[in-house]
Amino acid sequence: MTIRRVKIFSLFERFWHWSQMALIMVLLFSGFGLHGFHHLIRFETAVTLHTLSALLLLLLWAFGTFWLFTTRSWRHFIPTLSGMWQVFHFYSFGIFKGEHHPYRKAYWRKHNPLQALAYLMLKIVLFPLIWITGLIYLFYFLWRDLPQASDWLTGFAYVHTGAAYAILVFVLVHVYMLTTGHSFREHLMPMVNGFDDVDLTPEEEAYLLKDEPENIR
Amino acid sequence: MRSLLGCALAVLFVGSFVATDARAQSQWPTPPATPTPSEQISGPLTGGTADHTKFEILKQSFATGSDVTQACLSCHTETGKHFMQNIHWTWEYRHPATGQLLGKKHLVNNFCTNARGNEGMCAQCHAGYGWKDEGFDFSDETKIDCLVCHDRTGTYYKTPNSPGSPACSVMFEGKPAMDLSRIAQSVGLPERANCGTCHFNGGGGDNVKHGDLSSALKNPPRTLDVHMGVDGLNFACTACHITNKHLWAGSRYQIEAKDQDGTGLPGQRRDVATCESCHGLAPHQVDSIASFKRNDHASSLACQTCHIPEYARGGVATMTHWDWRTAGKTRNGEGYHEHGYTQGNGEHRYTYKSIKGDFIYAENLVPLYRWFDGQMTYTTIDTKFDVNRQPIAINDFTGHREDGHSRIWPFKAMYTWMPADVGNGTLVYTHLWGEDDSSYWGNYDMGKAIAFGMKKAGLPYSGQYGFVETVSYWPITHMVAPKEEALSCESCHAVGGRLDGLKGLYLPGRDHHAWLDLIGVIAVMGTLAGILGHALIRIVSSFRGQHS
Repeated sequence: MTIRRVKIFSLFERFWHWSQMALIMVLLFSGFGLHGFHHLIRFETAVTLHTLSALLLLLLWAFGTFWLFTTRSWRHFIPTLSGMWQVFHFYSFGIFKGEHHPYRKAYWRKHNPLQALAYLMLKIVLFPLIWITGLIYLFYFLWRDLPQASDWLTGFAYVHTGAAYAILVFVLVHVYMLTTGHSFREHLMPMVNGFDDVDLTPEEEAYLLKDEPENIR
Repeated sequence: MRSLLGCALAVLFVGSFVATDARAQSQWPTPPATPTPSEQISGPLTGGTADHTKFEILKQSFATGSDVTQACLSCHTETGKHFMQNIHWTWEYRHPATGQLLGKKHLVNNFCTNARGNEGMCAQCHAGYGWKDEGFDFSDETKIDCLVCHDRTGTYYKTPNSPGSPACSVMFEGKPAMDLSRIAQSVGLPERANCGTCHFNGGGGDNVKHGDLSSALKNPPRTLDVHMGVDGLNFACTACHITNKHLWAGSRYQIEAKDQDGTGLPGQRRDVATCESCHGLAPHQVDSIASFKRNDHASSLACQTCHIPEYARGGVATMTHWDWRTAGKTRNGEGYHEHGYTQGNGEHRYTYKSIKGDFIYAENLVPLYRWFDGQMTYTTIDTKFDVNRQPIAINDFTGHREDGHSRIWPFKAMYTWMPADVGNGTLVYTHLWGEDDSSYWGNYDMGKAIAFGMKKAGLPYSGQYGFVETVSYWPITHMVAPKEEALSCESCHAVGGRLDGLKGLYLPGRDHHAWLDLIGVIAVMGTLAGILGHALIRIVSSFRGQHS
């Protein structure tokens, strides 16, 4: 096994990540403005920004989902218990003692088990919760004449708000995690240039060197 | 019919990018101010085909208004029959839904209380001649007053049909003589001032009653009323309150609170004077997400709610409180009045009158907002009420988010302490105007005035009068501001906003789930604290690591 710098985040994946980040920031900012937590932008502007960025994010997610399944990248997000404990133990204790992160990125698996679980939950619980309730809210004008529509809207709005808090918590932890292990910059760069240190089997290394020399340094 | 889903999505996607396109710019502000004020724009009859100065029958000297009417009817042969169906003639309205008998002939209001029994004074505003008591002949076409609405000289006036007490009749002395011949030859379609003669002065003074109808609308700038503005569209009242056989659209008794039909084909829709009957059901040009949302809001909000941010604008105050309990005070045995309010246009208003009591005025008022289905229910003279449940609603309304035809409407609320039969728990007809010694406006004896008024109407009276607090609600629908002065989203979408306390809707920005927010904030703050703690331990332990 050798550690080599390998391109593990494709251009699309990086574009996806950063656009998603920007849109979620706009959504959190405008959303909490709509909720009344701040009055830094006008309500009308907040509605416009929130609606537009939500629709753009949905479009992005549509492309992202297509990409995940066509490239079989979805496998990276399947959580596994093996190694989970070690990762958890590292963040709870080892990190304070200056231990090294127990997980080595593999070519076929670029997330550690805790990461994979967190991203999976985000993808299959939090995100659907927020976009489904958001769409129902957005299309209120189509169902507003149903009985008790206003009460239902209230319910959907509460779920939407709750999910927003959860996503904000995720964002905070996610950003903080960049400071753990290596330097902040070292964590950030793979999502910028795509290259990260990956533990390669000799077969993987040989394959990459022969067939995809541009993806290995 | 609402837009289809795909259509809406496309609009939402593309829409907001073109929010400031040239077309939107050129219409801002709307409607454009016209450089030269034109004649007031009336209904479809604009552009007359007859010059009344050429009519031989009008080239005579008329002794009375009724003589003019007979001349009018000699050409307008069917108008008399038509007009007699009009509420301005009948002063009577049988509400088709509630069955209540309404109209000025019957109602008790919480201003000058009742026209019934006081016709000698009140019927000045009746579109007819000589109604001073029960003996008025409602089938006599010659008694119709054509001129009060059709005079274009501005010199026509009417005085009370009976002299009243000497204390009051002095008000009407010394009016200049009218040239009825000249007035008859210059008739035309009604202007705002014609309608305003009565409608601006209801309740006993300028803008006292409605709050959104005042003399400021005779020649308003477009900033006061975008439709009536002399430097804008210059609409006469009949431009919206269109007529058919002298019956016109728009009723205060049966209101179209949520127009589902919108604009009609040319010549159609002569039944309503709603905003939608001209502006349609999707009045905002859909060029952005915000304007799409605004159109959507029309399902829940009357146009008036956003577009009439305040009423009693233009420098003329409206009355908000009237206290009859203090009426009847005299100085040296004479009635008197006190000035106490100077309104925006510099005019003084009475805050006390011996004949009426104390008043409170206000201007530039934020309306009361409530769900309203257009249905008004009145406390009429024959309604029994519980005197312990005050204020008594002189008129109340119904409406709810769920009923499908309610919208949130702006209202003026008027509060009055007024005389009532507290023994029977009913309102009373008070005899205010008359030459006899029972009329309140002369003798200041409320008990006597009520006893007389009730006896005259043949109604039971316990003999025990008192004062009850009453409230009446007046839907606000005039004084539409230019759109750049319409309410912004924040006016309602905020804690403490205009719709604070209004039930039956979820309003983002106003409505929160206290527990959800608490848990959410704790989760976020807790995460930040956790991160901070984690980081601190890391920093501290890394120092230790270096030392060891």
